[in-house]
Amino acid sequence: MSDIANKILFLPERASTFAERVDVLHYFVVGTTMVMSAGVGLAALFFFFRFRRRVPNQTTEYVVPDLKTEFLFVSVPLVFFLVWFAIGFRDFTWVTTPPKDAMDVYVMGKQWMWKFAYPEGPNGVNVLHVPANRPVRLLITSRDVLHSFYVPAFRIKMDALPGRYTQVWFEATKPGTYQVLCTEYCGLSHSKMLAEVVVLAPEDFEEWLKEQQRGRLQGRQDALADTSLVPPVARMAEQGEKLAGTQGCLKCHTVDGAPHVGPTFLGMYDRQEKLADGQTIRVDEAYITQSMMDPGAHLVAGYQNVMPTYQGKLQGPETAAIVEYIKTLRTANVREVSSEGPAYDPIQ
Amino acid sequence: MTPSSSPTAEGVLPGHDDAGGHAGHHDHPSYLVDGTTVKSWLLTIDHKRIGLMFLASVLFFFLVGGVFALAVRVELLTPGPTIMDAMTYNRAFTLHGLIMIFLFMIPAIPAAFGNFMLPLMLGAKDVAFPRLNLASFYIYVTGAVLMVWGMLNGGLDTGWTFYTPYSTHTTTTVAPVLFGAFVIGFSSIATGLNFIVTVHTMRAPGITWFKLPLFVWAIYATSCIQVLATPVIGLLTLLVVGENLFSFGLFDPARGGDPVLFQHLFWFYSHPAVYIMVLPAFGVMSEVVAAFSRKNIFGYRAVAYSSLGIAFVGFFAWGHHMFVSGQSTFDAGVFGVLTMLVGVFTAIKVFNWVGTVYKGAVDFRTPFAYFCGFLFFTVFGGMTGIAVGTVSLDMPWHDTYFVVAHFHFIMVGATLMAFLAAFHYWFPKMFGRMYHEGWGLVSAALIILGFNATFIPQFLLGNYGMPRRYYEYPERFQALNVASTAGASLLAFGFVIVAIYLTYALFYGRVAGKNPWRSKGYEWLSESPPPTHNFVGPQPTFPEEPHYYVAPKKDEVNDV
Ligand code: HEM
Ligand SMILES: [Cu+2]
Repeated sequence: MSDIANKILFLPERASTFAERVDVLHYFVVGTTMVMSAGVGLAALFFFFRFRRRVPNQTTEYVVPDLKTEFLFVSVPLVFFLVWFAIGFRDFTWVTTPPKDAMDVYVMGKQWMWKFAYPEGPNGVNVLHVPANRPVRLLITSRDVLHSFYVPAFRIKMDALPGRYTQVWFEATKPGTYQVLCTEYCGLSHSKMLAEVVVLAPEDFEEWLKEQQRGRLQGRQDALADTSLVPPVARMAEQGEKLAGTQGCLKCHTVDGAPHVGPTFLGMYDRQEKLADGQTIRVDEAYITQSMMDPGAHLVAGYQNVMPTYQGKLQGPETAAIVEYIKTLRTANVREVSSEGPAYDPIQ
Repeated sequence: MTPSSSPTAEGVLPGHDDAGGHAGHHDHPSYLVDGTTVKSWLLTIDHKRIGLMFLASVLFFFLVGGVFALAVRVELLTPGPTIMDAMTYNRAFTLHGLIMIFLFMIPAIPAAFGNFMLPLMLGAKDVAFPRLNLASFYIYVTGAVLMVWGMLNGGLDTGWTFYTPYSTHTTTTVAPVLFGAFVIGFSSIATGLNFIVTVHTMRAPGITWFKLPLFVWAIYATSCIQVLATPVIGLLTLLVVGENLFSFGLFDPARGGDPVLFQHLFWFYSHPAVYIMVLPAFGVMSEVVAAFSRKNIFGYRAVAYSSLGIAFVGFFAWGHHMFVSGQSTFDAGVFGVLTMLVGVFTAIKVFNWVGTVYKGAVDFRTPFAYFCGFLFFTVFGGMTGIAVGTVSLDMPWHDTYFVVAHFHFIMVGATLMAFLAAFHYWFPKMFGRMYHEGWGLVSAALIILGFNATFIPQFLLGNYGMPRRYYEYPERFQALNVASTAGASLLAFGFVIVAIYLTYALFYGRVAGKNPWRSKGYEWLSESPPPTHNFVGPQPTFPEEPHYYVAPKKDEVNDV
């Protein structure tokens, strides 16, 4: 029954507990809307025919409604509207108040992608893995402009605001892949800011989590690698530090300020770097990433173009981890960071 | 067709018995021919000429906005790029929205028809401040030029809502466009103020508050909103310009500002602004339904008061645009309830319009056809408004095509129907000529059909999950988008027909005579087209309420 209704109304698959609540009210409200419109329309049509003009200068009877009629006009819609409101508000309160045992996921919108991070470990871009049948609380923020996190199949949506966290929660009811869309206009590629939620059966989710953690600890030759026994330390930067070691970055870059084959990592992030071609460039995430993938693109003045590319050798999250690691190496000049300009210049 | 020679002196106009008056009245030429130089038009202080100049301008901007609407619809025919790139698309929908809202819908009915009809309906010679009236026209033109210039040079891509922090960071030209909006605000305030004072001070003897035509009530309520709300958006545009050019930091979290503050200020104006657009439409329809069913307004006081009611609660419902913006759940509840009250006031009006037809004498003419479309758009659009006001349902719908369809139904659909009804109803009054009724009905049917075909698929698109302001979209949304674009073409075609037969009628239409509809609206007591000072001879008195079609009792004489 509700499947047919969903087809007629073009409602997407219903895949969360909230969706089930919302849809029932949806049918009711939309149904009443159509009945009302039809009712008013038919009454009007009937009157047009019943009371059509017969002679050009026809006069009419003076009709005014009595108070009872006007009262009816006001009270019937009011009662309907308030009942809908009450039900709607109850459900809204429910979906904006996460249960205490919900699993937290941090969501960050950024022109034009979604980043997800789990407190206990892995993080990713544009793919959010969650277990089915378990409440998940999303803590949403933005790095630049407004975005809005929308999963039609879950019927949930929440704006992402820079400088603030908003929250919403859901409990997915069946494994599958569901689309995430951005619904707050955020610039040029707003419509490409798509992501997906992969809902896994609880066992599969545990498995996935372990897999992620194992991957992150690759190269660590000790007992801690067995993540099933000891929960790994979660910090991205630490993983980056290890990767910098295993990938050989530290053979050429120091972390104590001394120049070596390449520039030191210490204090590098956010520095204005002078390039070989005379230009200057601010060292940000984009520049660091580019230097790993295409080291010759913007060569720093005074160094040889000898660094190998890491294109294909580093995975996305690994690259991010190294960037995060480099960002931690700037305590020395944190006070000197200028406070001018917004911290989140949108990337054009 | 009503013969123009039929006795039409149904109102009371002492000392004036030229019932078949037309443009060529010798002593009192119609306002159209009283001075024919360009200067006599551009420097006129006659409210009717100013109304016409506004009408011409809003029609021009409706055309421009319409062309961009079609461009947007065509682009959405295919999931990927179709006829333009992403940046062009983003600018096109911004341009469409800004022009349609600020340059067409807000001034359309009040500044064009309000200006023309208000003094006539009050039995007055002009508005209270004729020079301010002319100034308000030129302020509007100045603002419009600034806005359009800004959009062509650099081009805004923020959407008509220009939410921060996007609008304070975008590289496109925000400043001139917002400054244009700021300037137009003054025009809006001046017009509103002028109308308020006119209604208070210029009513002819006999016109008490409860004998005011309902169109006047609606314009009066609208003017109150304009005067109270417009300053807020004026200041807001200046703040955004400041933020954009000089980085004030008011809305910028990196400097301790708050992006949500912008939204509160914006919707504090822009929600009432939707009533600035739609209340005059309600007013027009009250006139039209009474005139064509030859019926007194059923529940006159309820309709009059509900205009004020909407104007009042309209100020307290703005937060329903921000249910998922991070405002507190409590706020959402308060704004949700207040939103429901707006719905109730609208419902009162709807029931009373239908009641007006009851026991009437319906003549199904073009304006009445638009009334039917209006009734449907208002009920369906209003009900979907209640639906999005139901907070849990708004969570999936917000910022999707469902909302786009909702506000087009109520705001555009209702207003457009009223605009066209007003145009057709008052065409003979304004120009003294008739248009072709057959074409009128055909195009009305096309437009109503086209409108539904354009926006009903968009309700479904919203249900399906398509966000608004999308240049590209996932394939599954295509079929509904194609349907919507097809509907838009039908709609556009309807408008082309209207433009053709009305232009033709302007020059070659049959002379209409004083009151071709045999309407008892006060404005029909004057000539068609009216002479420069509206009424010839001593000031008219108005013993009856407007639209009083009751048969005089045998022994009652029409007391002249
Ligand atoms: C009477 C004339 C009305 C007009 C002209 C109008 C216009 C609009 C517009 C332009 C928007 C979209 C704003 C945006 O997101 O850009 C909107 C949204 C909304 N309207 Fe209306 N509206 C009207 C009546 C109503 C009524 C009667 C209700 C409910 C009682 C209502 C409830 C809403 C709600 C709750 C939203 C927010 C939806 C969302 O952003 O998700 N409106 N309306
Ligand atoms: Cu976005």
